[in-house]
Order: sequence, then C-alpha cells, then structure tokens
Amino acid sequence: MAAIESPMSGKVLEILVEVGQSIAEDDEVIILEAMKLENPIYAPEGGVVKEIKVKVGQQISEGEVIAELE
Amino acid sequence: MDVILNIWSSMAFDSLYWGNFVMWGIAFLFIYLAIKKDFEPLLLLPIAFGILLVNLPSEIMTPGEGLLWKFYHYGEEWAVIPPLIFLGLGAMTDFGPVIANPKTLLLGAGAQGGVYLTFFGALAAGFTVYEAATIGIIGGADGPTTIFLAAKLAPHMMGVCAVAAYSYMALVPIIQPPIIRVLTTEKERKIRMKSLRKVSKLEKIFFPIITCIIVCLLVPDAAALIGMFCFGNLLKESGVVDRLSNTAQNELMNIAVIFLGISVGATMPAEVFLSPKVIYIFVLGVVAFAGATAIGILLAKVMNLFLKEKINPIIGAAGVSAVPMAARVAHKIGQEADKKNYLLMHAMGPNVAGVIGTAVAAGMFISVLK
Repeated sequence: MAAIESPMSGKVLEILVEVGQSIAEDDEVIILEAMKLENPIYAPEGGVVKEIKVKVGQQISEGEVIAELE
Repeated sequence: MDVILNIWSSMAFDSLYWGNFVMWGIAFLFIYLAIKKDFEPLLLLPIAFGILLVNLPSEIMTPGEGLLWKFYHYGEEWAVIPPLIFLGLGAMTDFGPVIANPKTLLLGAGAQGGVYLTFFGALAAGFTVYEAATIGIIGGADGPTTIFLAAKLAPHMMGVCAVAAYSYMALVPIIQPPIIRVLTTEKERKIRMKSLRKVSKLEKIFFPIITCIIVCLLVPDAAALIGMFCFGNLLKESGVVDRLSNTAQNELMNIAVIFLGISVGATMPAEVFLSPKVIYIFVLGVVAFAGATAIGILLAKVMNLFLKEKINPIIGAAGVSAVPMAARVAHKIGQEADKKNYLLMHAMGPNVAGVIGTAVAAGMFISVLK
C-alpha cells in the first residue's frame, strides 16, 4: 500500500482516476492549479486506487495525501 | 468654396505626417496582439490606445492642458502609479518559498548582473549614463520599475523602455528556454529539490517588515517601490485586513494599470518613437534580459559547488522579476527532463527575490546618478 502525496500546494482542478482503477507509474492522477498554471500530478508508482482523499476545488498543501494505492 | 476651405482647415488632416500613420500601424498591431494573441492584453491594450491618441492631432499631451499629459505628469512623472502597482504586487506575493529557502535570495540578486552588464553595453553604444541605466533595468523585465526609473532619469525614453520591458515579460516563454537548455545539462535539469519546509505565519509577517527596514536603510531611493511592496505584503499576511489586501490586488491595481497604460502609450508620438535609437533599445533590452537569465543559471551552478543539497540550476533563470512567468517556465523545462520534477514553488523563491532585486537595482541607479 502506498500513498500519492502532493508535491506542491495548489487547488484541485480535476480528478482523473477512480476508486478501483488500476494505474501505472507516470499516469496523471489529478490536475492541480498553482500560480495560475495547470499542473498534472503524476503517480510515483503503479497500483490500484483504494481511496481518493481530495475533492475538486479543494485547496491542498504540499505533502498532503491525494490518494491511497494498494 | 470658402466654406469648404474653412471646414477643411478646422479639421486636422494636414497636421499629420507619415510618421503618425506608422504609429497608427504600430497601435493597430498592438491592439491585434492584445486581442487576438492574448499578448499581455491588460497592458498592451491601454498602451496601444494611448499611442493612437497621441498620434492624432489634438492637445491631449500638451503640458498643463492635455488630459493624458495630466495622467502622465501626476501619475508617472510624480512616480505615484508604479509604487501603487507594487502595493498590489506585494499583496499578491507569497514570500513563503524565499523564507523557506533564503539561498534563493542570492539568485534573485545575481540575475541583476544582467542589468549592470547592459548598462555598460549601452554606455559603450553611446547612450547617456541616464539612458543607459534605464535600458539596463529592462533586463529585470519589470514594467513598473522600468517606468519608475525612466521617470527619474530619462523621461523621454519611458514609453519605449516600458514597451520593451513588457514585451520581454510576455516573451519569457520564448527567450528563456533555449538559454536554459544551452547552459544546463540533462542531468542538472533532472535534479529534484527537497520539499520546502513549512513557514509559520509569524515569519511571514516579519519578513516584509524586516525587508523594508533593511532595504530602506541600504538603498533609500528604493523606498517608494519596496516600501509599498512590503506594505502590500503585510496587508496580505496579517490576515486581518482582507478588504484592504483585496482592494490593493484588484480594484486599486486595475485603476493604476488603466492610468499607467494609456499615459505610457501617450509618451510615444511619432517624433520620439521613430528614431534609430529605439531599435538599439530593443536590442540592448533583449541582451539585458538574456544576460540576467544566464547569470542567474550560472550563479546557481556556482552555488552547487558549495552546497550539499543541490539546487536545480534552472531556477536561477527565475531570478528575473517576471512573476510568475519565469517560475512557470522553469517548472516546465524541469518537467521536460523529468515528468515528476515539480520546480514551480522552488522557482518562486528567486522569482519574488528578483522583484526586490530589480527595485533595489533601480534605487541604486537613482542614488548614484541623480
């Protein structure tokens, strides 16, 4: 089990994965808006999405868990 | 027949010369770029309209009478508007990345080397010392600071230098990437930087206050810009005057931009703008900007020789003060080398330090030259 942590702070614009979905390393997980730039956040490793911890529109900070993988 | 002649002479067709029509062309080009290409529209559109107005026969720029002259005189010549814009910028700026990693202050200061390099270049090209300083400051790609300095040292060059500064600001994503790629290796671009430490609210409140005191003591002539910048930032970070902070960032900023844009445009009548010097200014301006970018990167590489925790030299390029464009460019180039390299916040450090750096450099020019 692993967690995807946000590499920087920003606002969640879009969530691109669903619970139960199997994702690979480097897949886009969410789009994070920071400094008026849309930043895709990539999965650091592969796995099955167990839980998504953020909502669209939510302000998240660096190190906050975006999703849990297993 | 007399009637027709009278009507004709009351109109103004014969007071124009070819130069005015060239300036109309430039105004139309800017309007096109602003509307169709989204090229800094908030500034370019007012500037373009100012250019058009001043190249129509009217008394709009007649000293003491014309409307735009009054905007220009009380706004720019009195150096009121650029500090108001700095107030808004301060209220928008997050100093967190600088406080978390104060080394980046050095990068923001280092990039100002491009300003001084160009100052000497412009001197060599035959500009006066006042003009050379104004051209050099374009390297910071900071519009308000350029206008502030031009008003003090070389008012006749304000319009041209402002347009140059704003052009390079808009061209950051085109000018910087090739310079970054040439000066860094793939391996350097892949350097991932450690996450920034959490910055407390107390630090964020003290930072603008201390910065203001230090800068004003060292470079009193930068006090108008830096004082307003730090004040704006304190409004934001205090958390108790959101109304003031919001007004500084939005309404007041927008009002300042309207007056600034149209009256800067009005400093460009054909007689002034259509001289060979203008081409020099644009060429030297791009040298200044490219130089600032390169020096920032090289300084980061030098710092890496001494640092255990390496910094990614790309963020050195963000030492120019085009906020946040330069930081975004650094982020994108970093991701080209390594998808999972997120440099944005790290690059914001040198980027906001660059704003302070350019304002300080302008203050130093004023105190030495005035």
